[in-house]
Amino acid sequence: MAAPLLAPAPVTLVPRTALDALGGPPQRFLASAWPWRSLAYLLAGVVPGLAFAAVLVPARAVGGPAAAPVSLLVAAVLLPPVARFERWRLRLADRQPVRGLPDGWWPGWREAGHALVALVALWWVDLLVAAAAIAGPVVLILSPVVQPTAPEGEAMLGETFVGSAVGLLLVPVAAYTISAWAGARAAMARAMLVPQEAETREIARSRARLVDAFEAERRRIERDLHDGAQQRLVALSMKLGLAGLDLPPGSPAALKLDEARELAGQALAELRELIRGVHPQVLADRGLPAAVRDVAGRSPVPARVDVALDRRLPERVEAAAYYVACEALANVAKHSGAGSCAVRGRLRGGRLVLEIADDGRGGADPARGTGLTGLADRVAAVGGTLTVESPYGGPTTVRAEIPCAW
Amino acid sequence: MRVVIAEDSVLLREGLAGLLERFGHSVVAAVGDAPALIAAVAAQDPDVVVADVRMPPGFSDEGLRAVLELRAARPALAVLVLSQYVEQTYAAELLDQTRSFGGGGVGYLLKDRIGDVAQFADAVTTVAGGGTVIDAEVVRQLLRGRRDPLARLTPREREVLALVAEGRSNAAIARALFVSEAAVAKHIASILAKLDLPPAADDHRRVLAVLTYLRAAV
Repeated sequence: MAAPLLAPAPVTLVPRTALDALGGPPQRFLASAWPWRSLAYLLAGVVPGLAFAAVLVPARAVGGPAAAPVSLLVAAVLLPPVARFERWRLRLADRQPVRGLPDGWWPGWREAGHALVALVALWWVDLLVAAAAIAGPVVLILSPVVQPTAPEGEAMLGETFVGSAVGLLLVPVAAYTISAWAGARAAMARAMLVPQEAETREIARSRARLVDAFEAERRRIERDLHDGAQQRLVALSMKLGLAGLDLPPGSPAALKLDEARELAGQALAELRELIRGVHPQVLADRGLPAAVRDVAGRSPVPARVDVALDRRLPERVEAAAYYVACEALANVAKHSGAGSCAVRGRLRGGRLVLEIADDGRGGADPARGTGLTGLADRVAAVGGTLTVESPYGGPTTVRAEIPCAW
Repeated sequence: MRVVIAEDSVLLREGLAGLLERFGHSVVAAVGDAPALIAAVAAQDPDVVVADVRMPPGFSDEGLRAVLELRAARPALAVLVLSQYVEQTYAAELLDQTRSFGGGGVGYLLKDRIGDVAQFADAVTTVAGGGTVIDAEVVRQLLRGRRDPLARLTPREREVLALVAEGRSNAAIARALFVSEAAVAKHIASILAKLDLPPAADDHRRVLAVLTYLRAAV
């Protein structure tokens, strides 16, 4: 008997925050733990608030001129534990990990500030919202209990049951209200706690790692082709040449051999062009200025090169800048109708600024064709920016700015 | 003629040795990396070194660096550098050293050229004899997209200039273009005059002057 095929597990997106959960199907949301987590989140805010009040009230009781400094002292002492608590509490409404926060006893100014706001103001707002959302349905549901003694009699009793029914219907509304407020509060806390730069930096880092991996892969391909196919083709061409020596010159066999050698030569030339695009050796060996000079040397449009850098740049920066130079020079040759162009590169405040300017007809439009868009993507992948200035009638300047350190 | 070969691919190393022996040269050492090349030159004192640019241990440009180091120590050593890619940068490094130190012949060729075995053997002989052989591809890069004084040259003169830059003698240029040697000499005199280069009797000096001119004007 053949084993039954395993059915693929259904893919479900588990909500990571209370706000995410709100967007899901109502029955799933209401059955989930999120309303309860949200309620717990809002109520938990009371703990530090009450603690603060509990310490502060006796302190205030001291009275006199010492009251204000004592209050400040109490707040200062309470801040680190409250910050810890807030960090823990955030997990109730937001299960995404909080990165980039300090580990020591001192929470850092951001977190301390958030703790202070939570301590002084936010906790009673949370409590109010939670209380208001719960109180309405609870009071309505309990109306037969709360109001049965109304003197008007039985007719009123019926109405109190209608009140209970409405109260029951309002429970889901309360769940949504509480979750929405908890979600918004958690989003606010996250925005205050986790610096925006930390998140974008993490994205930039992961993108840089990807670029590095691609670069390593390109190097490997180049190495493999160099050590394998290229050497074999050279050897083949050499053997064909040697074989030709044994044949009478001009004989049909010698002519065939010459043709074969010619073909091997063409294959080598094509392979060489391919590899130059993959990972040029001179870039790895001599750096950007030399590599750009060599590209410019192959450009059909005369190109002046002025790239002066006082050090080697990170590999990914060199590779991206080289790519920009190649593509921009190719564009100059293909589209600009320019009589000459210039490549200029400098390091300015830790950023590589590379400019390719031509005296052509201009009108380069990133929207038409993918060349410039591809270039911009390539530069963005290493954290840089690409600007193209190309009014109709020219001239065109392509400018890439790439940070050399993160 | 005593030759030392440095090439890391066994296939090519053996092939090159066979080829050069076939043309009557004597291969006194065939090695696979840069340190071995330096040791072999010290031990054998060859007439000419044929070396690959890229070799172990780093697989970048160890071969070229070893050759430059050898030439710095013994300027009279003739070197022919082979590469899968020809770049002006590498040619410039070889030529700059030759210009400042003077000395033995120098060559820089694409590995593709090995297939034309007779011409390749000629190139080895030329370099060993103190001449200059620069790959047509490098010359093409140097000539391409150039304006100003070069524009004043006639198409025929540009052809002659390219061949001069590759290190060909007047006789070889005459053969390649199917003209008389006298006509070649006349073209060359005209080119040197238009480019403000000093007339030179010696092929090697003339080639260096032309290459220097081409590079300086980039």
